[in-house]
Amino acid sequence: MTTDAPTASAELGETVINIDRLNKWYGQFHVLKDIDLNVKRGERIVICGPSGSGKSTLIRCINRLESHQEGTITVDGIELTEDTKHINDIRREVGMVFQHFNLFPHLTVLENCTLAPIWVRKTAKKEAEEIAMRYLERVKIPEQANKYPGQLSGGQQQRVAIARSLCMNPRVMLFDEPTSALDPEMIAEVLDVMVGLAEDGMTMLCVTHEMGFARKVANRVIFMDGGQIVEQNEPEAFFNNPQNERTQLFLSQILQH
Amino acid sequence: MTQNTRIPFHRDPAVRAIAAQVVALLLVIYGLYSVFENTVNNLVARGMQTGTGFFDEVAPFKIGFSPFLDFSLGETTYLEVFFIGIQNTILIAVLGIIAATLLGFFVGVVRLSPNWLASRAALGYIEMFRNTPLLLQIMFWNFAVFLPSLPAPKNSIEMGFVYLNARGIHVPTPVVEDSTGLWIWMALLMALCIGLYRFARLAKARFEETGERLPVFWINILGFLAGGYVLYFVAGSPLGWDTPELGRFNFKGGGQLPLPMFSLWFALTVYTSAFIAENVRAGIQSVSHGQTEAAHALGLSRKDTVNLVVIPQALRVIIPPTISQYLNLTKNSSLAVAVGFEEIVALWAGITLNQTGQALIIIAMTIAVYECLSLFTSAVLNWYNRRVQLTER
Repeated sequence: MTTDAPTASAELGETVINIDRLNKWYGQFHVLKDIDLNVKRGERIVICGPSGSGKSTLIRCINRLESHQEGTITVDGIELTEDTKHINDIRREVGMVFQHFNLFPHLTVLENCTLAPIWVRKTAKKEAEEIAMRYLERVKIPEQANKYPGQLSGGQQQRVAIARSLCMNPRVMLFDEPTSALDPEMIAEVLDVMVGLAEDGMTMLCVTHEMGFARKVANRVIFMDGGQIVEQNEPEAFFNNPQNERTQLFLSQILQH
Repeated sequence: MTQNTRIPFHRDPAVRAIAAQVVALLLVIYGLYSVFENTVNNLVARGMQTGTGFFDEVAPFKIGFSPFLDFSLGETTYLEVFFIGIQNTILIAVLGIIAATLLGFFVGVVRLSPNWLASRAALGYIEMFRNTPLLLQIMFWNFAVFLPSLPAPKNSIEMGFVYLNARGIHVPTPVVEDSTGLWIWMALLMALCIGLYRFARLAKARFEETGERLPVFWINILGFLAGGYVLYFVAGSPLGWDTPELGRFNFKGGGQLPLPMFSLWFALTVYTSAFIAENVRAGIQSVSHGQTEAAHALGLSRKDTVNLVVIPQALRVIIPPTISQYLNLTKNSSLAVAVGFEEIVALWAGITLNQTGQALIIIAMTIAVYECLSLFTSAVLNWYNRRVQLTER
């Protein structure tokens, strides 16, 4: 973790995710209001904001775990519609890590990692296992490959979840509060893995309150409140000189400890 | 002196535990002994003989339905009647369990359907059949539905060589005409099964090597049916058919599934499936939504998500209470007395007991039959349950 914080966006590539005037309602409740967001290849975005601000909902819309009512989401050139083929095409390319890991408890760590490559990508089992072992080494738990998720600590489980997503060789990784359910020392081991991914140039959208991680890794920090993107900026400017009143209040609350 | 040695014996938990168990055991032994003593005294006082002597006596009544064991009036002994009863109980239990499981799974899944009408219909089905007594349902289906709505034998509903009427279903039965041919056919079928098994293994190996999937299940089913049909002629058509023919009053030839058996099977299936449906629903709902989301996020299709992620986890919740339902179904089959199907209680604890008066031994044997069936069923299913429960931690 000795690299400099990436600040310039010079090395960034073409657009991977484009969200245009996105609106979503839960019944009467307007969760997402006119969201515009453009993510370039290699970009690392941290989304923060108070609970109920719609940040999880936003990234869950990107792989259609939630459907939206208005606006368009385009991932890797494919527009998200009701068409299940498009949805599955996109889900294949978009990895997701959940707050509560959601590993499959009836499968071993290795089987968790090979399930989707075998059944979705039609990879040969042997090859899928080799790939899985490579990623398990990368998240530093190859020795747990034949254990069941229930035998691992929270931090280990979350690292398996990251490896499981990476096995599908995704173009984008979505992180939905990946460290919120973890003890402090386990947060560090998970963040280490995420920093490593960022250094390798993975495109990442990360909902988190780990401001240290945001400072170190993000190209851009987005602050959401009340279903809107209130402010977005490079981390330096975002933390040192927040423009919006709500951002200032939020930052003062989470940074004062 | 350590703390331990100073505990007085009446406060020492180890001593107290042993003392309590010894007392309990003595009470149980005394209870059993007094029951035994009392029974023997009463039998002696009334001059009743008890024993197994009647086993070899010829049973003076007719049994209409015995598909596997031979029955002939005037030759079959009481002991053989006992085995015919067991056979019929097992038959109805197995048929009922298979049908109730299939129907229960179907209704349980429909109950969770996002389609409002389908889900409500399944709920209605469950509440209707779960909340009324089984005896009532058996009599309802037999006396109120099937019996009045089916025609007399001479107006039987004809379906090819199968005839349906108020007495039951008459079906053709196979008759061995060429026993060497039959053996050849059996051997060929065996070879076919081994071949299909090899094919399934190869297909699995190929799937693991290349990731290409074949519909192995359907290929095997089709292969078995088509192959079996062709091999039957290769073996020289070793079977003939005994077809039912309408005589003056009833059918002659072929086999008959009596209507009471059908009604009983139908009622047991419907009743038990309502309970199994609830188990299935509970099992599926016990798998957290996060599991489905994680599978979807990985790009797994809906079908693969259900088969690879939801069902394996749901089974662990579904199986234990379903074992109880299987046992219930087996025991509930004794309600057949109400419609006159000849299972163990009707034949043995009913007619035989009335004829011989050997209450003690007959009831004890009947109890033993149900004990054995239930223990066997739960042993098999517990073994299966352990396999799906997995070592999770």
